[in-house]
Amino acid sequence: MAKFPKPSEGSWTEHYPGLGTGPVSYEDSYSAEFYAREQEAVFLKTWLNIGRVEQAPRVGSYFTRELTWAKKSILVVKDKDGTIRAFHNVCRHRGNKLVWDDFPQEETSGSCRQFTCKYHAWRYDLDGSLDFVQQESEFFDLDKDNLGLVPVACEVWEGFIFINLAKEPEQTLTEFLGEMGTGLAGYPFGEMHQKYTFKSEINSNWKLFIDAFVEFYHAPVLHQKQSTPEEAAKLLGHGFEGLHYELLSPHSMVSSWGGMSPPKDPKMVKPMENALRSGLFGPWDSPDVVGDLPPLVNPAEHRAWGVDSFIVFPNFMILIWERQWYLTYHYWPLAENKHLFEVSLYFVPPKNAAERIQQEYAVAVTKEFALQDANTLEATQTMLETRVVDTFVLNDQEILCRHHHAVVKEEVRAHEAGTPVNFPWNRASAAANA
Amino acid sequence: MTMTAETTASGLPAAFADLEPFAGWILETQPERYGRRLSTSMAEMQAFYDAAFPRLPEILAHCNVFPIDDLPDDVKKLMLLVFSLVEVSFPVEIWKQGRVPDSGAAAMDCVLEPPL
Ligand code: FES
Ligand SMILES: [Fe+2]
Repeated sequence: MAKFPKPSEGSWTEHYPGLGTGPVSYEDSYSAEFYAREQEAVFLKTWLNIGRVEQAPRVGSYFTRELTWAKKSILVVKDKDGTIRAFHNVCRHRGNKLVWDDFPQEETSGSCRQFTCKYHAWRYDLDGSLDFVQQESEFFDLDKDNLGLVPVACEVWEGFIFINLAKEPEQTLTEFLGEMGTGLAGYPFGEMHQKYTFKSEINSNWKLFIDAFVEFYHAPVLHQKQSTPEEAAKLLGHGFEGLHYELLSPHSMVSSWGGMSPPKDPKMVKPMENALRSGLFGPWDSPDVVGDLPPLVNPAEHRAWGVDSFIVFPNFMILIWERQWYLTYHYWPLAENKHLFEVSLYFVPPKNAAERIQQEYAVAVTKEFALQDANTLEATQTMLETRVVDTFVLNDQEILCRHHHAVVKEEVRAHEAGTPVNFPWNRASAAANA
Repeated sequence: MTMTAETTASGLPAAFADLEPFAGWILETQPERYGRRLSTSMAEMQAFYDAAFPRLPEILAHCNVFPIDDLPDDVKKLMLLVFSLVEVSFPVEIWKQGRVPDSGAAAMDCVLEPPL
């Protein structure tokens, strides 16, 4: 791999003064006390992605999301006017879960004209208002206008549906996404709706899996057997260098090379990759739906570009691949040492059988990699919990790990102090660029 | 749903009768295919790979003739067999065992995949 240029300060990390270069405490990843504070300061008041508009395509289409970590169930529905709305999935009569099938703890989806409670048949319109009460005259001073479903703040960005559990979010979704939102706007996510989803319960703090997906320092080592022996040796010799890093606090991104799709030399890859023309970076023959890239995609405008990884704070990642597909990761906290991991892969629907098989192969490779990553996390989590070592050293290619932990800590500090968040490195870099 | 010429006992296109011994790999879902991978010996997976992998060019050519949203049943079965071949290619080509090495108890459950 070629040496890629770094900012004039000599490193990506020092390009953001105030971020620091010293060892980092990982107590935020094993302390139960910090976990509780993080729930309050981050997850209960930040915009969270819970789906895509393709999951509610028509008027009356709905789906539920079980936010076990927050002890909440959310109902998302497309209203008559085409608006995507979200509600707490709680009947206003006596609290039954309004929408569920067979098992109340399982997520569901479907389409309807009204929601009818299974218990006493109260009915709600798609906009959440209470429409019908069984034996209404038996009630006392029933104020139906004030007994609609409890709304949840819900906004849509580029087809991604976000909710915010705060009664009155401090920012609109657009304000919250900031330059991340404008920098990715226009990418044809909606064209890529051939979707696969995997879930896994992982015995680690949610931030540790983000760490594993925003540094590729580990890739030539942990994943070396996924390449042919000659190629693995070469990758290990070169190590990994990002093409570009950008902090848009609280969000961030890393841009990476992608020399394997297709490889320069067929001996670099597995026989199946050559036979199918597909691999980790996706099908080698890409569709043709992406025109000019939005400014935040391949920001270094590098010829060797392969994939960009975006962290949408706090727990949502989007990976945009040069081969015209994308994938998302979600990390839902369950405890200080446990989280639910979800990965979804989105492709342009295949035009023929060969394309379908290429996509299946890219999905399968992604899963093989994720399984390697996943088990390392439990090994890391349990050793952090020994508390033998309290700070850890991070290199320049791990800047996004450093940044993400720093942002979470700052969000907690600011929330508890009742002051706005302060990311000194943002201002410093803005001034330096001016 | 169109019907093509003859099929084998398990419903594969007749032109691929040599793959009939591996019909047990014709499985509808990713969890079923992955489950079979984990419960099958390396020798059996190697035999399946050795028989099916060299046939891939003909398989792709055969399947590509049909519209992807209206595949005949026998072609669908052949596709599912290839999806299983994709699954066993990892143990055969790199891992030399069914499970991903060092993956311990880790699991990734497929909860959504597009229909064929
Ligand atoms: S709890 Fe829903 S109608 Fe009674
Ligand atoms: Fe990895």
